[in-house]
Amino acid sequence: MTGFDVETLRKDFPILQRTVREGRPLVYLDSGATSQKPRVVLDAERAFYEEHNAAAHRGAHQLAEEATEAFEGARETVARFVGADPGEVVFTKSATESINLVAYAFSNASAAGDLGIPGADAAVTERFRIGPGDEIVTTVMEHHANLVPWQELARRSGATLRWIEVTDDGELDMARARELLARPSVKVFAFTHVSNVLGTINPVRELADLARRSGVLTVLDACQSVPHLPVDFASLGVDFMAFSGHKMLGPYGVGVLVGRRELLEAMPPFLYGGSMIELVRMEGSTYAPPPQRFEAGVPNESQAVGLAAACDYLSALGMDAVHAHDRTLIEATLDGLAQRPWVRVLGPLDPAKRTGAVAFVIDGVHPHDVGQVLDDSGVAVRTGHHCAWPLHRAGRITATTRASFGPYTTVDEVQAFLDALDRVPDIFGVAV
Amino acid sequence: MDLYQELILDHSKHPAHAGLREPYDAQTHHVNTTCGDEVTLRVNVSGSGEDAQVEDVSYDSIGCSISVASASVLAEEVIGHPVAETLRTFEAMRHMLTSKGQDAGDEEIIGDGVAFAGVSKYPARVKCALLPWAAYTDALAQAGVDISSATTRTGD
Repeated sequence: MTGFDVETLRKDFPILQRTVREGRPLVYLDSGATSQKPRVVLDAERAFYEEHNAAAHRGAHQLAEEATEAFEGARETVARFVGADPGEVVFTKSATESINLVAYAFSNASAAGDLGIPGADAAVTERFRIGPGDEIVTTVMEHHANLVPWQELARRSGATLRWIEVTDDGELDMARARELLARPSVKVFAFTHVSNVLGTINPVRELADLARRSGVLTVLDACQSVPHLPVDFASLGVDFMAFSGHKMLGPYGVGVLVGRRELLEAMPPFLYGGSMIELVRMEGSTYAPPPQRFEAGVPNESQAVGLAAACDYLSALGMDAVHAHDRTLIEATLDGLAQRPWVRVLGPLDPAKRTGAVAFVIDGVHPHDVGQVLDDSGVAVRTGHHCAWPLHRAGRITATTRASFGPYTTVDEVQAFLDALDRVPDIFGVAV
Repeated sequence: MDLYQELILDHSKHPAHAGLREPYDAQTHHVNTTCGDEVTLRVNVSGSGEDAQVEDVSYDSIGCSISVASASVLAEEVIGHPVAETLRTFEAMRHMLTSKGQDAGDEEIIGDGVAFAGVSKYPARVKCALLPWAAYTDALAQAGVDISSATTRTGD
């Protein structure tokens, strides 16, 4: 059961009315890559530019006040949406930047010299110091955005990168997680809430508890969970959480880093420049308190305002209802694919253990070709390694085809996808 | 779908001259970073300058039907031909593939390559068809063959 009427909701998304490939209705099943945007998000951005545009946190005029209010108001809305305090919410340009921000905070904290954050709790700052002998833990199911920054931190610092494997059922190897996270040498554990390929929902609270017990800082990639599930930062128990605006009905160019206040306060900045300083002298500078310390330059105000509109839109639907709707779509997809023995689904087969996406392979047909046939029927899916190359290598798969959903996806669209998929065996000579 | 011509499907299911063979002068490995498709390709060239001749092309291709079929057609079109002629074939293929449907291809020059004419209407797939050709010209260059006649015309 869905708590909102999907057909009514679809009218809020102008792009869903268009046709593709010679008049076929668009069946957009690529929301895992980027979601479509409701008109209220586009309107919010336009209204900001038309009515309040000015550089936030500067200027002695009314517009600057209004722009600052709009930007800080957006911060409050986003914070409320994910169960954080506004002071714990940093606007970045992307989830990728959010994760790099934390990785570079480690680097910068480990460099010699004054960090320019007077009053910071030295014991907390010490937690960000990393070097040879230390370890960084991640998982094989990470998106490149939550893997490559940690590989590079390991390279720069001399620390060692370790990872948790994925079981054949598409879940994290929890025995390995327990073993790795108990090591005193581990400084940070970066992991995803929901796999963008397998759809697996990881046991965040359990993993966060394991990490906290041994003093390991946790960085959660929440890009694929925040658009689909109710997410409450405080109760997840992680130290940092990153997500992107454009995957949750918001605009491009805005991401979020949520960090526990005491950690943000003790962390050195990543990007340096205007807006993030306290005092600047030729000899050196000191830096503003968080979140401004991590928002160098004139901020992405219109995008933050658009993202807040997206949060309001999702809140009005109710994230429990969004999740229930997603569950219906996942079940319809898994059921439909199970009736097609020539399709092999990746990830957990229990719909309760996954959200947002279903990736699969058809032996003997390359995903690019599957995607092309679907596209010919107006069905838009993603094919390739979905920025999770190690996961595919671990499964000895070059690439997969992925159908992913948004709140505007209908069960009829899932059926259209399944019907289009039935063209594949015939074209490529696969035995059914 | 006009993209999946019978010829392409045939070549992708039964790729000609597939597998890596000795002897060879150079080997290249090209990857399509968006989908992870890979081709490893070897060339064996005899003679030099104007007399250079392609003795053999062997390859191992992991990819979609378009890239596998393209490697197969490439091998058929270049093995036993003068290098200069194969570069003209490459140019004709590239021109057709990047023509957005304007150039149907000349069978006299590219043989079964004309089956790829439909690919030019799908920008995301042009890379698939060109992947083995990029590996081939790169391998020629590494084998010490002058490929400037092909590379100087990039972008037309």
